[in-house]
Amino acid sequence: MSEPVVESLASESGWQRFRKDRAAVWSGWFLVTIAAVCFLSPLIAPYPYMAQDLAHSAEAPSLAHWLGTDLLGRDVLSRLLQGGMISLFVGLIATAVALAVGICYGVLAAEVGGRAEDALMRFVDIVSTLPLTLIVILCTVVFGQNMPMIFLAVGGVSWLTMARIIRNQTRELKASQFVQAAESLGQSRWGIFSRHYLPNLAGTIAVCATLTVPGVMLLEAFVSFLGLGVKAPMTSWGLMIKEGADIMEECPWLLISPSVVFALTLLSLNFLGDGLRDAFDPRSSRK
Amino acid sequence: MAYVLRRLLEMIPVLLIVVAATFFLAHAVPGGPFDKDRPLPAEVKARLEQYYGLDQPLPVQLGNYVVNLAQGDLGPSIKYPGWSVREVIGSRIGVSASLGLVSLLLAVLIGVPVGVLAASRPNSWLDRVPMGFTLVGICVPSFVLGPILALIFSLGLGWLPPCGWGSAIHFVLPAATLGLITAAPLARLTRGSLMEVRSLDYVRTARAKGVPPLRVWFVHALRNALLPVVTYLGPAAAGLVSGSFVIESLFDVPGMGRLFVTAIINRDVMLILGTTIVYAAALLFLNLAADLANAALNPKVARSR
Repeated sequence: MSEPVVESLASESGWQRFRKDRAAVWSGWFLVTIAAVCFLSPLIAPYPYMAQDLAHSAEAPSLAHWLGTDLLGRDVLSRLLQGGMISLFVGLIATAVALAVGICYGVLAAEVGGRAEDALMRFVDIVSTLPLTLIVILCTVVFGQNMPMIFLAVGGVSWLTMARIIRNQTRELKASQFVQAAESLGQSRWGIFSRHYLPNLAGTIAVCATLTVPGVMLLEAFVSFLGLGVKAPMTSWGLMIKEGADIMEECPWLLISPSVVFALTLLSLNFLGDGLRDAFDPRSSRK
Repeated sequence: MAYVLRRLLEMIPVLLIVVAATFFLAHAVPGGPFDKDRPLPAEVKARLEQYYGLDQPLPVQLGNYVVNLAQGDLGPSIKYPGWSVREVIGSRIGVSASLGLVSLLLAVLIGVPVGVLAASRPNSWLDRVPMGFTLVGICVPSFVLGPILALIFSLGLGWLPPCGWGSAIHFVLPAATLGLITAAPLARLTRGSLMEVRSLDYVRTARAKGVPPLRVWFVHALRNALLPVVTYLGPAAAGLVSGSFVIESLFDVPGMGRLFVTAIINRDVMLILGTTIVYAAALLFLNLAADLANAALNPKVARSR
């Protein structure tokens, strides 16, 4: 009786719709490949990412070093993979933080209702007009440039849109008949949250998450670019782009490879997010 | 009018919260402004801290700061001796404001027409090609586009100076970078919004009663479709602010973005506070302006107040 009322037929055709979206499917495969290669980089990278070889510094791409070497003679391909691991890791964890906060805040706002709800949402409106990049930069400086801090700071400012969308959806669900039926049968708030809200919000959450990851990765790249994020000898795509931009006249390959991979990853995430939304979001699919 | 007043009053607590939050964050930054390679003698450091009021308990410092702020005094700069934060910011803000405005203008002048053009022939090459470019624009961050433009136009073709500031020609690369990045989401938003509006009943009615197509398009549909675009200008300005940090360092522009980043690196607490407050206030005002413009375009919004 308290089975989640997900329209099973609709969600099946959702996958079918998704599979027809060639751009989204290819983006998905591209992302899986990039993620696999980056996370396996300690095993498959041709060189250790921090191994310096000053005899072969700043070399253009060659057979020994497919993407060239940087000023300290480190292999760019190996660093690209290691940097990708960090960038993707930040993207995933910070998005998870943003998701957790956004879902709790959004559901809470819709649940309390009335004036408190208005106040909570007004707060989101106001905060989202503030210069949040500044806050992230300040946080990384204050709490040190360690990874957990970057996750928290980046995630901590990325939940606003999520909260807004979740709250709107939850409000609709709250007014729906099956939730009212569950309420009248005496199901607890927690039960309604876990058995009715969450399953029905799942599609929205997935879409939101996919579309949050690129923003989060950009923010990390941004902070790293300013020299306030990931610290040497570790690297991330943002940091590599920064180092490449500094000497692009002499060694353009140091700028080109991280820029291309970073842009392609963001592009794929956007395609994937759009594809998922078109396939699963009830509002856009029923058009 | 009452609405504008209410919004302005609402800004005061918001700014106070920003001041307090930034204040404690800035003071929590490890390492003080007087920590150098060679440590200062203890008495000298104590005198300096006394002079700048840094020896008092934090809440007292915050109270003093807010009182001074209410009188328009942002305190003394620590790294620029003899200058007040207000003077330091004043000497930089014009550069950043003009760069930001030109970029925003460029973004609107490119983004909106491209969106209109794409929506006028959906799914044709006129739609697909520009929309493909906007997708690239969304995914290529400013710190990638900037170097690439510099690589092409100043190092490759030699048309523009790669960096520096002073004459109009120095404007081109930074403004183009920021403008193009911002134009991309604007174009997509305009297109999406127009696509939605053009299937609405009132547009069909207008067409059915014989209003000339161009008039339907620009007067009836576009006015309504621009609402989300205008609303987006607030967040777009916020994006320009963070973009300016990077662009100003890339192109060696003496603006506020670079001031903020150097202030962070120098641990210049007063300057960090000052720049953050100015940014926050500017963004709050821009958002208010966007909302007012929205009300001017849409009588429904205006009446709901």
